[in-house]
Parts: sequence; structure tokens; C-alpha cells
Amino acid sequence: MTTGPENKIKFSGLEKPVTRAMIVIRLTLSILAVITFYSLITLDYGSVNIPRAVCDTLNNFRTIFIHPFSRRLSIPDIFYEILVTIGLSILITVFSGVIALFLGLLGARNLSPKRVTSAVKAFVAFIRAVPSILWVLIFAVSAGLGSTAAVIGLSFHSIGYLTKAFAECYEELDRGVIDALKSTGAGWWTIVFQAVIPSSATYLLSWTFLRFELNFSNAVAMGAAAGAAGIGFDLFMSSTMYFDLHEVGLITYFILAFAVTLEIIAMKVKSKLKEK
Amino acid sequence: MPADIFANRRKNIFLFLAFIAALTTGSMVLTQFDPVNGLISILKAFFWGLSNFYPDVQSLSHITDILVKLRDTILMSIASSVAAAVLAMALALMGSRSTRIHVFFTYFSRGIGSFFRNVPLVAWAMVLMLSFSQSSLTGFLALFFGSLGFLTRAFMETLDEVGESTVEALKATGAAYYHIIFQAVLPSSLPQMLSWLLFMIETNIRDATLVGFLTGTGIGFLFDVYYKSFNYHVASLIVIVTVITVIAMESISNMVRREIL
Repeated sequence: MTTGPENKIKFSGLEKPVTRAMIVIRLTLSILAVITFYSLITLDYGSVNIPRAVCDTLNNFRTIFIHPFSRRLSIPDIFYEILVTIGLSILITVFSGVIALFLGLLGARNLSPKRVTSAVKAFVAFIRAVPSILWVLIFAVSAGLGSTAAVIGLSFHSIGYLTKAFAECYEELDRGVIDALKSTGAGWWTIVFQAVIPSSATYLLSWTFLRFELNFSNAVAMGAAAGAAGIGFDLFMSSTMYFDLHEVGLITYFILAFAVTLEIIAMKVKSKLKEK
Repeated sequence: MPADIFANRRKNIFLFLAFIAALTTGSMVLTQFDPVNGLISILKAFFWGLSNFYPDVQSLSHITDILVKLRDTILMSIASSVAAAVLAMALALMGSRSTRIHVFFTYFSRGIGSFFRNVPLVAWAMVLMLSFSQSSLTGFLALFFGSLGFLTRAFMETLDEVGESTVEALKATGAAYYHIIFQAVLPSSLPQMLSWLLFMIETNIRDATLVGFLTGTGIGFLFDVYYKSFNYHVASLIVIVTVITVIAMESISNMVRREIL
């Protein structure tokens, strides 16, 4: 991604030349720094006594991370709830993966006419721009709060992400392969199923897995924010209803364990992607 | 034999599809997901949206209120991303393969990154809420912790790409450690890091809605209020404003990316 050093460092005499990229970088960084300072100064601190709040938080963290236990939930209970959350993320990933598989074909420049690809890309950009919680709540009006609304709402977001990724995978396919198949008289579907999808299958699976990781954390969040089933809901209940930080700790450890496992697998998947 | 290849391929595809189907069915049973109800609800949501979920004239009177909250949300997302980036940069320099002093620091930075990234945003928001109550600071800190984890990992990968050979070559010329970092490592990885930072800001604007929802701040809270009082016209206006903001932010970052990468 980065351009080689030969594009950037061109010495004219002893002075370092100022390139356009450098100006943009400095400008962006300064603007961001100014905005950050401004917002930290004008942040609505409410009536929070900051030193005390920090102490409280540290104390809470100690309770959470050093003394995790729960009277209300047994270990099998938590395990079951985690399984439900995994189930939600599997459903989201499968639904969005299947839809994105086809939508991606329409979004790939080498497979579809330009008008279709631009329409698909705009549609997908719109889907991704709506925060996932809003999708879930919009579907909750018709499906009711719960797993159905969560799965459908999150699938929308996931479709947006995967369609973009899949379309880019399809576009990597050599133009010559498609032309060669076309010249043998192969139809569009034959080209898709015999050339495009088989040759990008590994990438597609890797992207889907990476998205699965994200879907898991989203499913946890939706459990808390939109009353979907699973471990997120327990997390929400134990912290806002029972105020039981020990329980929050236990749940957090379980989620952490699963998420870290996923991350390690995802890292291996990613390094495989890079090798190719 | 060619026939074998096709037969094998067909068998593999069949097994894969069967596996996915079994996984899906199992998940549906486990989560009590109702596919029929789901399909119907998509249609229902579509028609419901057409008849209710659009801003009307009256809802436009709330626009100043919305814009103020929107400004808060944007500022909060930028501030939390930048603050997290500063700390993540230090952690990444400590832990990256090319700039570390000892292997131990790699495990340290990686561990911190992984920890902050994987503790769910919800947990941060909930716990911070207990002591920082319903202030913007809660949202800021929750986003900060999440971003810290993500950026530490992203920055470390970026620094790793600079490669040990560059650093070794400079070391051979007798360059001091901070010279190597400030003259070689940082300049060559800065564009990529900035690109990650911009990505983080985009993500945080979206996540700020969720955090706002849980902690009662910003545009997420405003949506919650109107949504729960069935004032869908104003709620839809909030969605539209959010979408415009996210898309604008994405286009700005893409413009910057095109210039620097």
C-alpha cells in the first residue's frame, strides 16, 4: 500500500523537499489535533468529580477482573448463553455470506455492466453507513425485540461489508480467463461457477471468517442494546439491573476467552491471505 | 483422471454445503430464530418504513437539537480516536518487531491490544457508566478503550512492515535509536498509520451511536428517546443525518488516502 521511498525522498541539495503527500499528512494531523484539543476542553464533563470517578473505576475494574464469580449464573449457564451468541453470529454470517456472494457478482466491474456496479456499490455504501444498532431497532418494530430482529438487522450491515470485499476479490480475477471462457461460448453462469468462484474461494472464505469475528462482537453488543438473546443480554442485566460487578467480570472473561481464540485464528487466516 | 477431479469437486462442495446447512439449522434451533417470521418482518419493515419512517415537516423543527448532538458525537469520535492513536503509537513502537528493545515488549503490547480490543464495548460502557454517570466522558472513554486495542494492533502490523532490514542498515551506519525511529521508521509508516486512524474515526462515529445508546449521550441517546416515544419521523431524520455524516467522513478519508498512499 505504501509507495516506495523513491517516490517520497527526492533530495534536492541538502534540503528535504516538501511533497504534496507530506503537506496533506501534516495538514490532516494538525486539523485532527486541533479538533481533539477543542473537544477535550469543551467536553460536557457534567458534574463528574474526575479524580473520584477514576478511583471508582479502577476499583470497579479490580472487582471485575480479580474477583469474578456469579451466584445467579452457573458456568454451564454462561456457556450456553455464549453458544447462543455464537449461533446468532453464525446465522448472520451465513445469511450475509450467501447474499453477498451474488450481490458481489453484480458489484464486480469485470462481471457486470458499469451502471449495475455503481448502483450496487452505492446501495452497499448506504447500508454500511447506517449504524448496525439502528438497523436492528428498525427491524425490531416489525419483528419485535429479540433474536430475529438482531439477526436480520446485523445481516444487513454484514452484507454491506462482505459485498464490497467479495466484489474486490472477483475483480482480482485475470481478465484473460473470462475472455478465454467467453470465446469458448461459455455463458455468464458457467463463467461464474467454473472460474470466478472457484478461483477466489479461499479469499471469500477468509473474508467471511474475518467478518464472523466482527459479527460475534456485534451480536454481544446487540444482546445488550436491543435485547437480543445471548451473553450480551446477561452482561446488560448484571451491570444495569443487578449491579453485580463480580458477575460482569465472569461474563467478560468468558467473552474474552472466546474472542481471543477467534482473533488468533483470524490472524493466521490473515497471514495466509497476505502470502498469496 | 479428469473425471475424478470433477467427482471430487462435487463431493467436496456437497460436504461443504451440508456442513453449512447443519450449522445453520443448529443455530436456528439454538437461538430460536424464526426464518418465516424473519422474512415476513423484512417485508413488513419495508412497508412500515415507507409509511412511517420518513422525516415530516414537524420533525424538521428538531434539527438544531439533532445537529448539536451530532457535533458532540463527531467531536467525541475524533478525540477518542486521536487520543487512542497517541497511546497506541507508543505501545506499537515498543512492541513492533523492527523497533522493539526486547521480545518481552512485543508480548506486552500485543497482550494489551488484544485485551482492549476484545473486552466488549458494552462492558466498557457499562462499567464506566457506574462512576462517570451519564456524561460525554463515559462515551469518550468507552470509545477510547476500544480504539486503543484496535489501533495498537494495526500500528504494530504497520511498523512490522517497515522491516528489520531498514533498521539494521541504519544501525550499521551508527544511527542512534531515536534517529532511526524519527528519520526512518515513522516517516515511512506514517501514511499507513494515518489511514488506520481515519478508518478508526469512521468506525467510531458509527459505534458512538451504540455507546450513546448504552450511556445516554450523543446522537445515539437522542435516537433512543424519539424511538421509544414512537416519534419515528424525528428518529428517521436522525438516521438520515447520521448516514450523511458517515458517508461524508468516508469520502473525506478516501480523498486524504488517495493523496498520501
